[in-house]
Amino acid sequence: MKAFTRITARVAPLDRANIDTDAIIPKQFLKSIQRAGFGPYLFDEWRYLDHGEPGMDCTDRPLNPEFVLNQPLFAEARILLTRENFGCGSSREHAPWALEDFGIRAIIAPSFADIFYNNCFKNGILPIVLDAKTVDELFTLAGSGHDLTIDLELQTIATQDGRVIPFEIDASRKHRLLHGLDDIALTLQHRAQIEAYEARRRSAAPWLFPDTVPT
Amino acid sequence: MTAKTLYDKIWNDHLVLAEDDGSALIYIDRQLIHEVTSPQAFEGLRLSGRKPWRRSANLAVPDHNVPTTDRQAGISDPISRLQVETLDRNCAEFGITEFAMSDIRQGVVHVMGPEQGATLPGMTIVCGDSHTSTHGAFGALAFGIGTSEVEHVLATQCLVQRKAKNMRVAVEGTLQPGLTAKDVILAIIGRLGTAGGTGYTIEFTGSVIRDLSMEGRMTVCNMAIEAGARAGLIAVDATTVNYLTNRPFAPKGALWDQAVAAWAHLHSDDGAHFDAEVEIRAEDIRPQVTWGTSPEMVLPIDGRVPDPNAEADATRRAGIQRALDYMGLKPGTPLTDVAVDKVFIGSCTNGRIEDLRAAAAVVQGRQRASNVRLALVVPGSGLVKEQAEREGLDRIFREAGFEWREPGCSMCLAMNADRLEPGERCASTSNRNFEGRQGYGGRTHLVSPAMAAAAAVHGHFVDITRL
Ligand code: SF4
Repeated sequence: MKAFTRITARVAPLDRANIDTDAIIPKQFLKSIQRAGFGPYLFDEWRYLDHGEPGMDCTDRPLNPEFVLNQPLFAEARILLTRENFGCGSSREHAPWALEDFGIRAIIAPSFADIFYNNCFKNGILPIVLDAKTVDELFTLAGSGHDLTIDLELQTIATQDGRVIPFEIDASRKHRLLHGLDDIALTLQHRAQIEAYEARRRSAAPWLFPDTVPT
Repeated sequence: MTAKTLYDKIWNDHLVLAEDDGSALIYIDRQLIHEVTSPQAFEGLRLSGRKPWRRSANLAVPDHNVPTTDRQAGISDPISRLQVETLDRNCAEFGITEFAMSDIRQGVVHVMGPEQGATLPGMTIVCGDSHTSTHGAFGALAFGIGTSEVEHVLATQCLVQRKAKNMRVAVEGTLQPGLTAKDVILAIIGRLGTAGGTGYTIEFTGSVIRDLSMEGRMTVCNMAIEAGARAGLIAVDATTVNYLTNRPFAPKGALWDQAVAAWAHLHSDDGAHFDAEVEIRAEDIRPQVTWGTSPEMVLPIDGRVPDPNAEADATRRAGIQRALDYMGLKPGTPLTDVAVDKVFIGSCTNGRIEDLRAAAAVVQGRQRASNVRLALVVPGSGLVKEQAEREGLDRIFREAGFEWREPGCSMCLAMNADRLEPGERCASTSNRNFEGRQGYGGRTHLVSPAMAAAAAVHGHFVDITRL
């Protein structure tokens, strides 16, 4: 997994609540069996004026000039600022894959949907929860083009005018993200405990461990 | 011992390791797999040279991409075909049981699992699909995960999780005739909002929930995620046990007796602490129809399309306006005046036999309205389809001008050929009315099967309690 330490980048204001994963990456792109290549289709229905299909060359497609990521001021944005319940709906990890492939490294919102929040950490994206008032203040700054510095080690967001905003993140997620650790390898370090649990459980609830299953 | 919630009990039963910071390693009893969210997980296993930890804990089925017409001809879209074939190949390579497209047991993963008895009380169940919450109807802790976690469960049979908070939603009283589990859960979502359950596991309780069949309970838990909760739960009782008796994957003989005895503790103890509690009176619930682009944008059928100017909060006002623009609706329009172009009856929310019976009862002896271009009935699984045909439901639908299709997700998310065209309006028994969900530019209204069927024969929404 990709590590996240510190970035300084433009923040793009996406002023909508309840942005769902169907909007982040529409379902037709979920047919891909790859993990990469979703970036050009990020927010496809809002970003382009035509209807996108997988495999399309997006360089010639008509852009929606109103959409924030199409505006020159935010073309280089690596941080997304948005409203509550970002990433609700489907569990598709294609959503963080598309954000990551596009170049988004951090998302700031008053709240995130649980599954999406979790999926971000698996893909080197830092989701940051701030109170609604601070998010409002950042929206005011962001509209005219603003860079933020996000430091995961210090758990701070610094604005260009010197304001420093602290944020919360739990210790194990922070550790994994800072070092880009492989979650599966970490879990497999507990192989003995998993096996011991299985043995205990097998004797307490043997019906969960049938010798044969229907085929 | 302190009183525990059902969620606390299942969580504790699966705790492999608790970390100091509140995260925990929990054991997963069952993983359900479908073609859309698994290819990259299997690829990850291959790249790292890992093997599945316990193959028999996994069960796979293709559902999202499968065509609902002429299965013999295969899948015409080459990208969809590759995804389904990739699932077939991965299951063969890693030794995982799969009900392939041609298998009578194939269906929407959340219809198939319970039908097979692969969903059992007290289990932890995951799937790379947010509607995994469906299985909570059995007193199982079931929730959707991302593809990285699918790989994690394949490789370790465990997941790193943080415990959610406990919420209880009690629905007490008696439902009016004609009202269904779908109306109950839509009313709950209307009350909680789409983020009201975020961070919680919701246990649904109360006389209305106890009186529901397993199918109705699945409809309720299915949409817990639409209230933001990853998991919904319902206590185990005789209804649960009866449903599971003799299902293919359910235990048999002495093991069955042992299991049933153990399941008796799968309810919240008296006095257990809930971090949030909500009570809804059944008498207040009317047939529900969504009018917007989020499931919380829902009203009783007697309602009118809301006026954004009546909303004080600016973000919400803009949200309502955007939804009305997308949906092509004018403030103040009675919902019963809203005409539909298409009707979809199916999905993991309402694609089970009782749903089809309820819809058929409304349709019987009537005809699809002339303004309704397509009324699609897609059974949740091959076995549901077979049962419905035994009961003659397919004939009722066909004679009324409905289309009777092969099982799959179909127009719930329109990854296959079934979809809305831009601007088309649909009465749908599915679970999401997001922009573009049923096709680019398509407009979705979520309703119960009976309400969808009534819209199909009347050409617009009607109050089924007044029919
Ligand atoms: S029927 Fe719809 S909601 Fe259910 S699994 Fe299929 S696509 Fe998802």
